[in-house]
Amino acid sequence: MADQKIKLSKADRFNVMWHSQFLQASWNYERMQNGGFAYSLIPALRKLYPKKDDMSAALERHLVFFNVHPYLVSPILGVTLALEEDKANGAEVQDEAIQGVKVGMMGPLAGVGDPVFWYTVRPILGALGASMAIQGNLLGPILFFVLWNVIRIAFMWYTQEFGYKAGSAITNDVSGGLLQKVTRGASMMGMFVLGSLIERWVNIQFTPIVSKTPLQKGAYIDWNSIPAGAKGIQQALIDQSNGLSLTKFKVTTLQNNLDTLIPGLAGLLLTFLCMWLLKKKVSPIVIIIAIFIVGVLLHVLHII
Amino acid sequence: MNAIQMILVVLVAFLAGMEGILDQWEFHQPLVACTLIGLVTGHLDLGIILGGYLQMIALGWANIGAAVAPDAALASVASAIILVQSGQGTKGIGMATGIAMPLAVAGLFLTMIVRTISTGIAHIMDADAKKGNWRKINMWQWVAVCLQGLRIAIPAALLLAIPASTVRYWLGLMPAWLSDGMSLGGAMVVAVGYAMVINMMASREVWPFFAIGFALAAIKDLTLIALGAIGLALAVMYLALESKGGNGSKSSDNEGTGDPLGDIIDDY
Repeated sequence: MADQKIKLSKADRFNVMWHSQFLQASWNYERMQNGGFAYSLIPALRKLYPKKDDMSAALERHLVFFNVHPYLVSPILGVTLALEEDKANGAEVQDEAIQGVKVGMMGPLAGVGDPVFWYTVRPILGALGASMAIQGNLLGPILFFVLWNVIRIAFMWYTQEFGYKAGSAITNDVSGGLLQKVTRGASMMGMFVLGSLIERWVNIQFTPIVSKTPLQKGAYIDWNSIPAGAKGIQQALIDQSNGLSLTKFKVTTLQNNLDTLIPGLAGLLLTFLCMWLLKKKVSPIVIIIAIFIVGVLLHVLHII
Repeated sequence: MNAIQMILVVLVAFLAGMEGILDQWEFHQPLVACTLIGLVTGHLDLGIILGGYLQMIALGWANIGAAVAPDAALASVASAIILVQSGQGTKGIGMATGIAMPLAVAGLFLTMIVRTISTGIAHIMDADAKKGNWRKINMWQWVAVCLQGLRIAIPAALLLAIPASTVRYWLGLMPAWLSDGMSLGGAMVVAVGYAMVINMMASREVWPFFAIGFALAAIKDLTLIALGAIGLALAVMYLALESKGGNGSKSSDNEGTGDPLGDIIDDY
């Protein structure tokens, strides 16, 4: 082998990270992210294997089945880079060892990515942005876009560097304590935020009137005894802010009654119903369309 | 809409289509896609608000493993175009969210078609790898992602080809009770996304966090950021207490330390 060692520079590694954003581009039913994994490594492989035969072997080695969360690929790429670098410099690294590391990290890491990114970070940032956007605030989408991408790129770069420096030693650590702790912590915070989102955003208002009781004299504004003109308006507003009712009757809707139990109860029950249906393998699309139909029907019947 | 705006709309659609599969920059999320369509068509406010409502519905939609979630990209892009063309302003948002749902399903099938085509591309890549031809592999990777972009760009272009007056006429046929009902349905549909997420995350250990979050959210003075801070603090405290407590058993499985708080009290 050549005496001079080929080292991957920081720029090479950054290039790999940048390429790995296209991991899922050629996602296919046969080998999933295989093309994307090879594509991500190409900037490094070109430097490591100047000989055509070596290059071709390396490409074939990385075109096998691969599937992981698109950001959690970074630590795997880091370790693979370290192994390929050793191999290119003449170390005895079997193809099987490289495959073993990839497959060994794939399973545990995929399980971390979904709860952390798709079920905690994105719903939280998305809900934050959406609640501002609904009021027409441009900051909503901007905040979501910027925060998300800063978190994502920082995560991908640092975990890839971590994998590269730790090399294959990382595989022992993957199933170990820290990762599991992060996942569990994310689930806890995620569930907390979900609870609050359901209370705030699953809106069902039942409009039927449950009771209409006449109020005592003095509990409502007596419109007949109010002076005319601006003075009257002032008097009425003062009365109202003192807690007087605007009409002679106290109207209680079904919603008022439900809110005295706990606000947001109907939304919570609807969510539980959806969870149950999903567990019964009803397609989410079917549920979504059914809810729209039910919404229209209940509205026509003046229930909501 | 003039020619430049139409080209920009198709470009945004292309970007959203690519991202729907790549899942990196999140251009396909309604919040971003609808805002961009609003921006290039000169209806920025409308795009932002529609994006907000659709984002709430799509919060729990995620590509997991081989499964693809309902297609947020096609739903956002197409419903934003229809909303802009309808000229109904913010009143049309309920209608637009209702139309977005069947579109999300249609997009799902388009994705499946493209992924099947990509299987063929995988075999072409194999042949190129044998020759050590990395340039060709790069190229095919780009072809594959462009196909995903076209999956949204072509429907968007077709929608633009329908004159705004026709869109208005069709939507004018929709009675008020239907569009109002769809708005109310849209407010409930949000629950499906949350249910999907909960089903994935829930375990015995995390349900108390859900209950606290639900109860605290009724205090309207607490903003989402404040609620997030409380949630984060609770999770950190829980994990910290857990690793301190316990009878020296630092097992990380869920049943390991049954009652960390109780263990700490015992120590006193």
